[in-house]
Amino acid sequence: MASGVKPRVKVPKTAAAGDIITIKTLISHKMESGQRKGDDGNLIPRSIINRFTADFNGQNVIDVTVEPAVSTNPYFEFEAMVPEAGEFKFTWYDDDGSVYETAKKIAIG
Amino acid sequence: MKTLKVLVSTACFVGMAVSTHAEESAALSIDGQEFTIQTAAPAHAENLDEVTSGWIYRAKETQALQLDDFDNPGFVFVDQAIDLWNEVEGSEGKACASCHEDVGQFAGLRTTLPRVEDGKVVTMEDLVNTCRTDHMGAEPWKYSGSQIIAMTALIGLQSRGMPMNVAIDGEAAEFWEQGRELYYTRVGQLDMACSNCHEDNYDTMIRADHLSQGQTNGFPTYRLKNAKLNSTHARFKGCMKNIRAEPYKVGGEEFKSLELYIASRGQGLSVETPSVRN
Repeated sequence: MASGVKPRVKVPKTAAAGDIITIKTLISHKMESGQRKGDDGNLIPRSIINRFTADFNGQNVIDVTVEPAVSTNPYFEFEAMVPEAGEFKFTWYDDDGSVYETAKKIAIG
Repeated sequence: MKTLKVLVSTACFVGMAVSTHAEESAALSIDGQEFTIQTAAPAHAENLDEVTSGWIYRAKETQALQLDDFDNPGFVFVDQAIDLWNEVEGSEGKACASCHEDVGQFAGLRTTLPRVEDGKVVTMEDLVNTCRTDHMGAEPWKYSGSQIIAMTALIGLQSRGMPMNVAIDGEAAEFWEQGRELYYTRVGQLDMACSNCHEDNYDTMIRADHLSQGQTNGFPTYRLKNAKLNSTHARFKGCMKNIRAEPYKVGGEEFKSLELYIASRGQGLSVETPSVRN
């Protein structure tokens, strides 16, 4: 697991049924591109978040393929419609096989 | 003829673009909290009428990043510092949290630093490292290393919105005078002093960069340039390299005195830690 990885998510606590809400996510990650050389002159192997997904009550909302040109600490902001109370689940997939997860509940009201 | 016309109109446009003025900036407010970004200069900053936060001189997009704590990338490092705060280290088996519990108790500390104690300038980095060596039995963190910068951001954040108010009288006077001396001393191959840019020429463009007054109220500051938090001393070093001078030692006496002097020039400005700059 890459060091210092910490997901952050901002989801409103409540929304009216059928509302479209804005979700902001950020994960602290080096996003080593695989293009750089280390002190020894050898390439530093690529280590990035290659996929990001968000699900709401088991239904996929967004599925992003991430490429090496994306900057360090990748930030995604997107909109989602909330038909009912439930839970957003966010997942980031690391090149090294690690999976980082976080979830946020949202209530109707 | 037509070409000439185009040239003239382009020139006008450029002229307009360059005269970005401080007054055009909106007020800085985060989560309903208002910040003082412009105020009358303290009497000891004799060549300034008013002091202004560096936030004013940044592009709208950069300014916007600081308006929301989620959008502010500096908070990634604040989060890391919260983990460090609770991490037990050293021979005493203690974490910061073992003695201090809530970091909120440090509200106001950032506004009074650096301060002079027992004939020495003490910065927040010094306070953190003294705790680590004397109370935790741990190795001190590297001055201006990523861990200590994150920690000073977390502690500084507790004072966010409070006005800078460092002591410059009594024991501090001698160090303040030293810092003042450094501020006005020309150094390096370009033969420039801090004052040449940050006092004589703030709010003008130095090539592509909009010069600020070089205030320290937002430090540690997240810079888009290097995508991390930057300490005051690292910034001083960067400035000195820009004027082709041999930088003083990070964490050394010179920079600490300079830090005290520059902090005093920003008396009254709100602490913005962690601010966002370019």
